Amino acid sequence: MPPGAPAAIRRGTMSVTNEQVRHIARLARIAMSDEELDRLVPELNNILGWVEQLGEVNTDGVEPLTAVIDQKLRLRDDAVTEGNIRDEVLANAPEAQHGFFAVPKVIE
Amino acid sequence: MTELTSKTIAELRDGFRAGEFSAREIADSFNGAVAAARTLNAYTVETPEDALAAADAADKARGGGDIASLAGIPLGIKDLFATQGVDTTAGSRILKNFRPPYESTVTANLRKAGAGMLGKLNMDEFAMGSSNETSAYGPVISPWRRKGSNVGLTPGGSSGGSAAAVAAHIAAGATGTDTGGSIRQPAAFVGITGIKPTYGRCSRWGVVAFASSLDQAGPMAKTVRDCAILLEAMAGFDPKDSTSLDLPVPQWEANLSSDLRGKRVGIPKEYRIDGVPTEINALWDRGIEWLQDAGATPVEISLPHTKYALPTYYIIAPAEASSNLARYDGVRYGLRVEGVKSLDDMYSATRAAGFGAEVKRRIMIGTYVLSAGFYDAYFTKAQKVRALIKQDFRKAFEQCDVILTPTAPSAAFGIGETTDPLAMYLNDVFAVPASLAGLPAMSVPGGLDEQELPLGLHLIGNELDEQMVLNAGLAIEERARFTARPEKWW
Repeated sequence: MPPGAPAAIRRGTMSVTNEQVRHIARLARIAMSDEELDRLVPELNNILGWVEQLGEVNTDGVEPLTAVIDQKLRLRDDAVTEGNIRDEVLANAPEAQHGFFAVPKVIE
Repeated sequence: MTELTSKTIAELRDGFRAGEFSAREIADSFNGAVAAARTLNAYTVETPEDALAAADAADKARGGGDIASLAGIPLGIKDLFATQGVDTTAGSRILKNFRPPYESTVTANLRKAGAGMLGKLNMDEFAMGSSNETSAYGPVISPWRRKGSNVGLTPGGSSGGSAAAVAAHIAAGATGTDTGGSIRQPAAFVGITGIKPTYGRCSRWGVVAFASSLDQAGPMAKTVRDCAILLEAMAGFDPKDSTSLDLPVPQWEANLSSDLRGKRVGIPKEYRIDGVPTEINALWDRGIEWLQDAGATPVEISLPHTKYALPTYYIIAPAEASSNLARYDGVRYGLRVEGVKSLDDMYSATRAAGFGAEVKRRIMIGTYVLSAGFYDAYFTKAQKVRALIKQDFRKAFEQCDVILTPTAPSAAFGIGETTDPLAMYLNDVFAVPASLAGLPAMSVPGGLDEQELPLGLHLIGNELDEQMVLNAGLAIEERARFTARPEKWW
């Protein structure tokens, strides 16, 4: 364990609670029953406990990788290259009305 | 005459050009074979008319003398590639009935080269899996069986439909995608060849996104030469993908050579891991001898961060997936669950009904490691370790030209035999490091194990050096002389 490693990543020190998993499911917008949550908590703890071994690696002074193959991001002209395809864009919508995507009523 | 479906792409191409058979005959043979092999569950959609139309165009072009590189070659397309007007579902309920109004760049390139499409190939949902068991269509069954057994085996994953189709001769070749081994592990499981090129060689445009910093398309085929032919057609600069490499596509096929004199083969000592069957390590040793026989010199190398590659991957890939899969919200395409009270409930109910268990698990992990308070401890840490893994390879390639390892830590396993997610993730222990480093890597069949199931050898090349990977693969192919075929039971 390198001295500079963050406490949060020490192996086995983290474990998520039922309440936290409920919160994550809410952030991820996935509805979950209590049974599903109960099943998921130990699974996630298993996986998270395993990835925490990264805490052993000394990464002091290491820049996080941002591009796996060095390359410059290109700029392109700010021009319309495709357009007038509204009906194609809407063709797969579960519900489209008057040329728009339609969703359930948001404001009562 | 050998059946047309058992020929390599190179043989089909050359025979078609020489007038030995028509493209129509090729397409008819494959369409018939596809329809007769539905037990394998390899195809989610069959498009025989597409293969025939491409064949007729090829036959017509042959009369005129202007023949495209893949004219008359019918391929299977992994269901992760958007195909215009043809269902593209990524193996997920949430994309049920999705028909893209556009074509992915890779498949458009293949069409431009004259290839026809036999259909869409089954896969793990959103390419998340190593056994094809997470598909909403049910698992693909491998054409292979253990000696004296009729237990259904997995063809590996996530490109399991592609692997099974090539192995069962119901596609001349197939597209696959590889995020952490999804071309190479299934290729090894079914005794075929598959290459993941350098990150950025093949455009990701129109490929349903899983983990964008890792996703790469590549070919799966019977031989190394066929992979070279297909990859040349698939690869190329695409302004629509910001990470597409703006480089000319090398002539990989023309430059194939199994003469490895003067080349050094790196043997990473960290890949000798506990619990790997001795047969796999024995095959690895045979692979070293084969490459020596081709003129190469083996050198021991060290990739010290190897053991951290899988945990790094299982932070980065779910993190990117949780972000990419946020788009499935029931608004613009795909499934929508009706009868809910609010927009927010519609999102949650749709995603709960549309995603399978493994996809949910990864979205949850990804959401957690990116959430406030944990981002640095998990995600930033993983990107730092990823930089160290990349650096390991950079140093290794100062000492060697190509790296040889086993492809997977086991032969194919039975459907339903691996239920623990972590045990499933370990399938990619040898494949994932090259993915994290964006390097070209290939699986080539090496032999059979005691159960008479195929085992693969894995070659990793330096950035942009697909040629070295293909050449070393060819040297192994010529020496392994892998001709075993599954006995037809389907």
